[in-house]
Amino acid sequence: MADVMQFDLVSPERKLASQTATSVQIPGVEGDLTAMPNHSAFLTTLRPGIVTVENGSDKTEYFVTGGFAEISEAGTSVLAEKAMAKSDLTSELLDEVLEAAEAALENAEEDNKIAAALRVNDVRFLKDQLGL
Amino acid sequence: MPNLKDLKTRIEAVKSTRKITQAMQMVAAAKLRRAQDNAEAARPYAEQMNAVLGNLAKGASGSDNAPRLLAGTGSDKTHLLIVATAERGLCGGFNSSIAKLARIKARALQQAGKDVKILTIGKKGREQLRSEFGKLFIGHIDLSDVKQVRYENAQRIANDVLARFASDEFDVATLFFNTFKNVVTQEPTARQLIPAVFDGEDDAAMPNYDYEPDENAILSDLLPRSIATQIFTALLENAASEQGARMSAMDNATRNAGDMIDRLTIEYNRSRQAAITNELIEIISGAEAL
Repeated sequence: MADVMQFDLVSPERKLASQTATSVQIPGVEGDLTAMPNHSAFLTTLRPGIVTVENGSDKTEYFVTGGFAEISEAGTSVLAEKAMAKSDLTSELLDEVLEAAEAALENAEEDNKIAAALRVNDVRFLKDQLGL
Repeated sequence: MPNLKDLKTRIEAVKSTRKITQAMQMVAAAKLRRAQDNAEAARPYAEQMNAVLGNLAKGASGSDNAPRLLAGTGSDKTHLLIVATAERGLCGGFNSSIAKLARIKARALQQAGKDVKILTIGKKGREQLRSEFGKLFIGHIDLSDVKQVRYENAQRIANDVLARFASDEFDVATLFFNTFKNVVTQEPTARQLIPAVFDGEDDAAMPNYDYEPDENAILSDLLPRSIATQIFTALLENAASEQGARMSAMDNATRNAGDMIDRLTIEYNRSRQAAITNELIEIISGAEAL
């Protein structure tokens, strides 16, 4: 059994990471999940959050928002509209994301209201958690 | 016989023009490299997005509750043409070829009795289409102070287009841009954005995914993003094409200037020779008359 898999993190402008990983934690829209090698094929959209990539004892964290994660036999790829190393994340950037989420809530139609409100909450929680 | 002094000034003028075109060519070459790198870097995202969406769309297109962006409005009365050109000229046929393609399409649609609306990106295309289709313009996006196209730019355009779609301003949207083939070849391309079409690559067998949330929810989340991605790709292709077109146009101009300088120099030398011969004849005949 393979104990590593391919991991790719791609944003529209560039490829942020392409490496092997033993596990990847993904902020899925319906809850966090951890993908490990030989995970069943899975596709989920993302909520704003932190992707944690572990390769043996190496651990890398990225901030992602907007996009989806695809887990297949070939490996795990995360496609995010905004993606950056967690260390590059600033409170201004996070505020921008929060503003966008709040604007989306404002304009959301009735069926999407709950989802939009959840997004706003996610960002607020993330802000608190990271102390930004 | 042209005046010697005039010729001399002319040669100097062409020489300085050549210097300018040469400099522009080199600048374009440097920018082209960067534009190509950017287009290259954006490719993995666009490809994967397309693959996943194509797969999802295949499953969903038959069902009744497929998102409107995929299924369309059920009519094709009103067409929106999004024409992406450059903000600057002096790049050969780059802008004209896009405008020409858009013009042909717009005329064909009008003849078929459809309504046409035009959204322009980049002022050069707008200028070229204004005389014939000025009344059909519904908006313009100015990227003249954007040095490097970012995803946010594309996102803003996509949001604008999506808002118009949501308020039923049009049924079908087509994006016009130049695909970068190589430095000398750029291909004017029309790509339908709404309803979404995916290049069917059936051989790319995708595993049976578990979806979270369900397929339709993912589709309606991803389709708007995919439109932004497609616009972004188009803008990057355009940027690379523009620089490529400018580079070959300026290369031609430099060569033409060189030819012209050669021709003018020959003419100048001939005239000088003629003037000298004339003078000599005058002196000799003057001496003989004595």
